[in-house]
Amino acid sequence: MNIAIIDYGMGNLGSIKNMLSYLGKESEITRNKDFILSADKIILPGVGSFDAAMTNLINLDLKSVLEEAVRHKKIHTLGICLGMQLLTRSSEEGNMDGLGFIPSTTRKFNFDQPDIKVPHMGWNYVDVKNTSNIARDLPDDSRFYFVHSYYVEVDSQENSLFKTNYSINFDSGIYKENIYGVQFHPEKSHKFGMKILSNFINI
Amino acid sequence: MQLRPRIIPTLLLSKNTLVKTINFKDPSYIGDPINTLRIFNELEADELILLDIRASIEGRVPNFDLLDKISKECFMPLAYGGGLKNIEEVRKIFKIGFEKIIINSSSYTNPSLIKQIAEEFGSQSLIIAIDYKKDFLRRNKTYYLSGTEKIGQDVLDWCLEMESLGAGEIMLTCIDAEGTWNGLPLDFISEIDNKINIPLIAHGGTAKAEDIEDLFSNSKVSAVALGNMVIYQKEGMGVLVNMPNREKIDKDYLKRLDSSA
Repeated sequence: MNIAIIDYGMGNLGSIKNMLSYLGKESEITRNKDFILSADKIILPGVGSFDAAMTNLINLDLKSVLEEAVRHKKIHTLGICLGMQLLTRSSEEGNMDGLGFIPSTTRKFNFDQPDIKVPHMGWNYVDVKNTSNIARDLPDDSRFYFVHSYYVEVDSQENSLFKTNYSINFDSGIYKENIYGVQFHPEKSHKFGMKILSNFINI
Repeated sequence: MQLRPRIIPTLLLSKNTLVKTINFKDPSYIGDPINTLRIFNELEADELILLDIRASIEGRVPNFDLLDKISKECFMPLAYGGGLKNIEEVRKIFKIGFEKIIINSSSYTNPSLIKQIAEEFGSQSLIIAIDYKKDFLRRNKTYYLSGTEKIGQDVLDWCLEMESLGAGEIMLTCIDAEGTWNGLPLDFISEIDNKINIPLIAHGGTAKAEDIEDLFSNSKVSAVALGNMVIYQKEGMGVLVNMPNREKIDKDYLKRLDSSA
């Protein structure tokens, strides 16, 4: 199995590769077009800002590669953290268009209460909306590690996979056909995150 | 709704072994870092802090090979501090798979590094460690180089300065409490926490679960860093890697949230 972890200069990719190795799966951290287009699975990670990420994807010619891989070749793809937000149409963090693979937008956390800190950083729970795919057989009370200041809102609930409460309910997981996105870091979420990644590579 | 408070085992590296100090001195041997970290991974710790307490003093670079090995087996947020002097070393730590960097000595000697890290990796990835001791007028003043040298800033001023440069969290350590089992200096921690806008990690002196309950029920502090409590069975007893039972800590915490709502 070929797993491509997209390297577009944003965030730490080593820890995703490390968890996949632990699961017995080798993966490539890559920006090679041919490798990505022939991959069985694509992981789009990312830490940083929305516009910087989209700019890098465009400059490295990866936006068009991802469009072909995801929309036409229907390769199973998982966006993580900022990588999930890139799957949306747009973000309140920037002015650039997102990849727009899943009908949704990325919004800014805006809280009046000083107690509710941004970023949302730490362990939180998810309410699973669909247990048939990457959320299959998740242990009860599964918790995940989050670090983010923006959150995703789906247009239609049929694309919501997880909901998480942080003063508001937001979509911490989204999906559409062959595309998945999670806001938390499965690669940093012990056995809970490992289950998600292992479900994803076994789809 | 707030997140459940974080309980963070904090392990001290000296060369390639884990040690535990008292007041930043007299390191005792604890064990092999990889084996110990493996246990914290199995115990599903919230997060983990690793500090090389000799790197800055010896002017040595971090032990990248060891950090790489740790990152391959520990699937939780990992923070590293010790000996980081420039952005290249910081990049290497992130690349290995750590998501947080802890800066202490370089925050005094090279404050532009703070800004640089925050801009390149975001504030959420940057913890500033502030170590302090009381001076003869009972004022809390900062120390660096693993507590060996006084640098003398007022703790609150320095916290605010670091926040303005882009720090994402402050790890506050009372040198006189560290390793003593005497409890956290709760009043001072709370006073600082109320005046800064970024999360504070309280470190030094925690001896029992009640100390953690007190901290989280009497302050808004978001995390506690534990040394003695998670590596020793009890005061005066041998090494036993463990995590405090969360149930009561979480229950008390939720009770406080309900009553303040």
